[in-house]
Amino acid sequence: MTTVNMTVNGKKVSADVAPNTLLVQFIRENLRLTGTHVGCDTSQCGACTVHVDGDSVKSCTMLAVQADGAEVTTIEGLAKNGELHPMQAAFKENHGLQCGFCTPGMIMSAVDLVKRNPNPSEETIRTELEGNICRCTGYHNIVKSVKAAAENMGG
Amino acid sequence: MSVENGIGASVRRKEDQRFITGNGHYLDDINRVGQAYGYFLRSPYAFAKIKNIDLSAAKAAPGVVDIFTGADMVADGIGGLICGWGITSKDGSPHNAPPHNSLAVDAVRHVGDQVAFVIAESLQQAKDAAELIEVDYEVLTPVTNISKALDSGAPQIHDEAPGNLCYDWELGDKAAVDAAFANAAHVSKIDVVNNRLSPNPMEPRAALGEYDAGSGELTLHTTSQNPHVARLIMSAFLGIAPENKLRVIAPDVGGGFGSKIFVYAEETTTIWAARKINRPVKWTADRSEAFLTDAHGRDHVTHAELATDSDGKILAFRVSTQANMGAYLSTFASAVPTYLYGTLLSGQYKIPSIYCEVQAGFTNTTPVDAYRGAGRPEATYVVERMMDTAARDLKMDPTEFRLKNFIQPDAYPYETPVIMTYDSGDYPLAMNMAKDMIDYNGFAARKAQSEANGKIRGIGVAAYIEACGIAPSAAVGSLGAGVGLWESAEVRFNPTGSVTVFTGSHSHGQGHETTFAQIISDKLGVPIESVEVVHGDTSKVPFGMGTYGSRSLAVGGSAIVKAIDKIVEKSKKIAAHLMEASVEDIEHEHGVFSVAGTDKKLTMGEIAFAAYVPHNYPADLEPGMAENAFYDPLNFTFPAGTHIAEVEIDPATGVVDIVDWAAADDFGNIINPMIVEGQVHGGVAQGIGQALLEGVVYDDESGQLLTGSYMDYCMPRADDLPSFRIATTNTPCPSNPLGVKGCGEAGAIAAPAALMNAIVNALGKDIDMPATPEKVWRAINSN
Amino acid sequence: MYSFDYERPSGVNEAVSAIGEDDKFLAGGQTLLPTLKLRLAQAGKLVDLGGIAELKGISVSGSEVSIGAMTRHVDVANSADVKSAIPALSYLASHIGDAQVRNRGTIGGSISNNDPAADYPAALVGLGATVHTNKRSLSAEDFFVDLFETALEEDELVTKVTFPIPEKAGYAKFPNPASRYALTGVFVAKTAQGVRVAVTGAGPCVFRQTDMEAALSSNFSADALSGIKTEASGLSADIHASADYRANLISVMAARAVKAAS
Repeated sequence: MTTVNMTVNGKKVSADVAPNTLLVQFIRENLRLTGTHVGCDTSQCGACTVHVDGDSVKSCTMLAVQADGAEVTTIEGLAKNGELHPMQAAFKENHGLQCGFCTPGMIMSAVDLVKRNPNPSEETIRTELEGNICRCTGYHNIVKSVKAAAENMGG
Repeated sequence: MSVENGIGASVRRKEDQRFITGNGHYLDDINRVGQAYGYFLRSPYAFAKIKNIDLSAAKAAPGVVDIFTGADMVADGIGGLICGWGITSKDGSPHNAPPHNSLAVDAVRHVGDQVAFVIAESLQQAKDAAELIEVDYEVLTPVTNISKALDSGAPQIHDEAPGNLCYDWELGDKAAVDAAFANAAHVSKIDVVNNRLSPNPMEPRAALGEYDAGSGELTLHTTSQNPHVARLIMSAFLGIAPENKLRVIAPDVGGGFGSKIFVYAEETTTIWAARKINRPVKWTADRSEAFLTDAHGRDHVTHAELATDSDGKILAFRVSTQANMGAYLSTFASAVPTYLYGTLLSGQYKIPSIYCEVQAGFTNTTPVDAYRGAGRPEATYVVERMMDTAARDLKMDPTEFRLKNFIQPDAYPYETPVIMTYDSGDYPLAMNMAKDMIDYNGFAARKAQSEANGKIRGIGVAAYIEACGIAPSAAVGSLGAGVGLWESAEVRFNPTGSVTVFTGSHSHGQGHETTFAQIISDKLGVPIESVEVVHGDTSKVPFGMGTYGSRSLAVGGSAIVKAIDKIVEKSKKIAAHLMEASVEDIEHEHGVFSVAGTDKKLTMGEIAFAAYVPHNYPADLEPGMAENAFYDPLNFTFPAGTHIAEVEIDPATGVVDIVDWAAADDFGNIINPMIVEGQVHGGVAQGIGQALLEGVVYDDESGQLLTGSYMDYCMPRADDLPSFRIATTNTPCPSNPLGVKGCGEAGAIAAPAALMNAIVNALGKDIDMPATPEKVWRAINSN
Repeated sequence: MYSFDYERPSGVNEAVSAIGEDDKFLAGGQTLLPTLKLRLAQAGKLVDLGGIAELKGISVSGSEVSIGAMTRHVDVANSADVKSAIPALSYLASHIGDAQVRNRGTIGGSISNNDPAADYPAALVGLGATVHTNKRSLSAEDFFVDLFETALEEDELVTKVTFPIPEKAGYAKFPNPASRYALTGVFVAKTAQGVRVAVTGAGPCVFRQTDMEAALSSNFSADALSGIKTEASGLSADIHASADYRANLISVMAARAVKAAS
């Protein structure tokens, strides 16, 4: 067991974990934050995407111990004071989700995407979402959502 | 008068709030105190006899609670998995449905077949222990390809299915077709393969089984599209528990596309094991298991011929198909290549006679069953590739050939030669609309421009039809279905005027919580925020048949309308009493009950309150305001339309770039246009995936699955797809009260044919799906 | 994953002395962790290099770009210094995996794994880079030995990679449609020492296409490549692409890399 300390959604957390505990397991099982999902076992679907020190990462491809000392944000930490993040609001407004399973990871990726590209073209959005798979929407409305959110975020 | 958030409004979805904030409850998000973790040891071989299983070392491993094999389930009297649709062969014999045990008993028949269920304190311990199980296999030669499996001399997979044949089925008038071909001016022929797909909802299947020793009740949380059907099968055929002692809950489910209709071995074993160990047991598939065990879709090999006269009119159509069922017959597998396929071979066309024969067979592969569209994409693919081929042979424009042969708007009801009665439609309208949207007539100029840039351009049309709203119980019963396909609903007012709607449909992405609430809101004037839709729990909702076959609105929605009608009827009596008028004088609109010719009126909320606090109430009326209804449709519904794809091909690499997509669909009346568009987008994306990217591949010799992860199975990503242009036409469906037809599968049905026709148009030669860059490059570079 | 121990040293020497026979260095983990998750590999101990500050960072001198082993793909992709010195290297890094992978994956981890379909090996060989370890410096060509095999010894660790700045260079990649690894990627560089053409994804290990190098030496243009084919025998073949198709892609990608070269 190794002790890990990190800040998750602004809250300091500490736990003893086995070294082979993935960050996503720590988030889902230790912290009971089940908004971060697992959709594959080869690090491709992106359903588990969270932010570590501000960057989007696949929490299924990082050990909890590697996040020791880090600031982690999950989908549960995106809305502030009960107000949706503009990306969350845009997904709802533009029907950017259907079953909702890929959505938390998609939104976390999209937030990072807009941070890197404040005024993304459709092509940039499509390319930059390469690490997230959605089976329901055909991405049409996801692209629309990200574009709308980028505009609302002042891009 | 229209109602805010009522029928026809693009209401933003009520369910989204929890999904976008991470507060959904998918199966793996649910945990129970004291829960143990299950893991399946699976066959590494495609075909082998099990000579012995030695559990001793594994049972002694740390954390192991228990380990079960097929022998344990048999000893407990647990029956095998079933197929719920009986198909009769040409010779009158019933189809062959060999035994299908949840855990293998004497043989394994595909890679991933369940061998043992290991339960431990942690998943890690269960996996560790599984590695200690010693299975003595006698490895046999497998066969994975359907044509090879049906050849004489192929390995025999089941004793109960000689020659690996499941059935040899036919539909239509063979003699009439033969006669028409004999006199035809032209005969066009095609050979097509409909590639095998893995459905891949993003949430993998999972189950959480619980047993209450006090009440004897079992509760199974499961990723199901139809929890009541799962309960019925597990109870009546497997003997897990009586229906009244078995509760099945399908919570938020992350996509299904058909693959979560079926009753699988894993969920069955999990709930059975929970009682055996008297502890909650959780099983969650990882993606690798999903590839090995979620029922696949499609996998047809077809030869088709079309007879036309000298004027380009279709005379007859002849289709011969081989369908791969996989290693076992899955829950509704037998119906897919027969009554969901052969019956749609008339497409949108007036075809005097049609004959179809289908041989279905077993192979050492994952079972194949319904996947988005189920039989209808296969039918549309054959019909629409055939129409393009015939047009090419006749040197006609493919849209002109189609327009010439369409069933005309004044021909309804129209009886096809393959037992369907189309109820409404306007096929030329949709086709012309799609042509306008994509500027079909300007294609030649765009093609020339592409050529100048060193690219090859193509355009392709698919005019599809589907039979949805599945289905009239009497009709499907006469065709072999083991169940009725009606739907249930209950509309329950609370005393303060809010409404809870219970539906037998199940939403796993379709947005029922919004669409169904819109119907209530529209018809009863209740604010949409005050309507709660409940589904997916056999202990809460009346017995229902679930969601598949684009049926939820046409059948489930109609059941809600029936219940609403009963609410209105009762409310009128209460209103009449309270306003001292006769029932005949009470008028109702959007939840307002008024006395004709007066300004007296009461709202639905006031009436509901009066029904629960019946101090001043009709003496002959029951108190309360809750009505349930069961709705059995009168006919299938027939969504139809035209999709046109335009592609540009890079001849250096063979990469196909989809440069435009136009869809004109007739879904009848539409409740929520935003949701309908989303369904079309998703369907088209899956169809494009089939045509360009996806395909399950088995190693021919070993039977190993070569596309067992996202490293090798190509899922459509955002940058593989274009934006879509979508429009709708509307011929209301005459056979249900909402006039709706269903929209969930249309895209997946239309898209493969449209896209492949575009690629064939560009290349000037035939090519099979998926049209990978290498296949296209080879086609360009072959003579 | 099987169980393992974990250590996070803060210096290179400490890391090297921590590593035993059954142990593995953990860099960005974007390949190692998936492999461990599927139980395709096992480690007694993971020695996490994430805490070693000296392994991170990019510096550019007059004639070379130096990239620390634990520098992430995203940092190479976004580095203004790399963009101005070797834009093709920045471009290549921006096309590895996906955004999340680039936020974790490192150059040291990528080249030490030597996946036949990885992008970086093409840049290293194409630019004639030098791989520096805690023990020695060796040329990229000596470093990449074979399929998933490098010249690294058990207790040897890549510390940095130095890239001589070329006159111009370009990279073109044809991604595997499913995995997005390079089905074939070609890195072309015009350097003071001559033209180099390195191919990844097409064979079991990165290799130089010397016929193309010769043609480009006299005329550095896509036209110079026309008609130059790569022998398909020895190239990889799988469900995604035959050897013939990969051979074709080498020609097409090489021409596109030359056109893109800047």
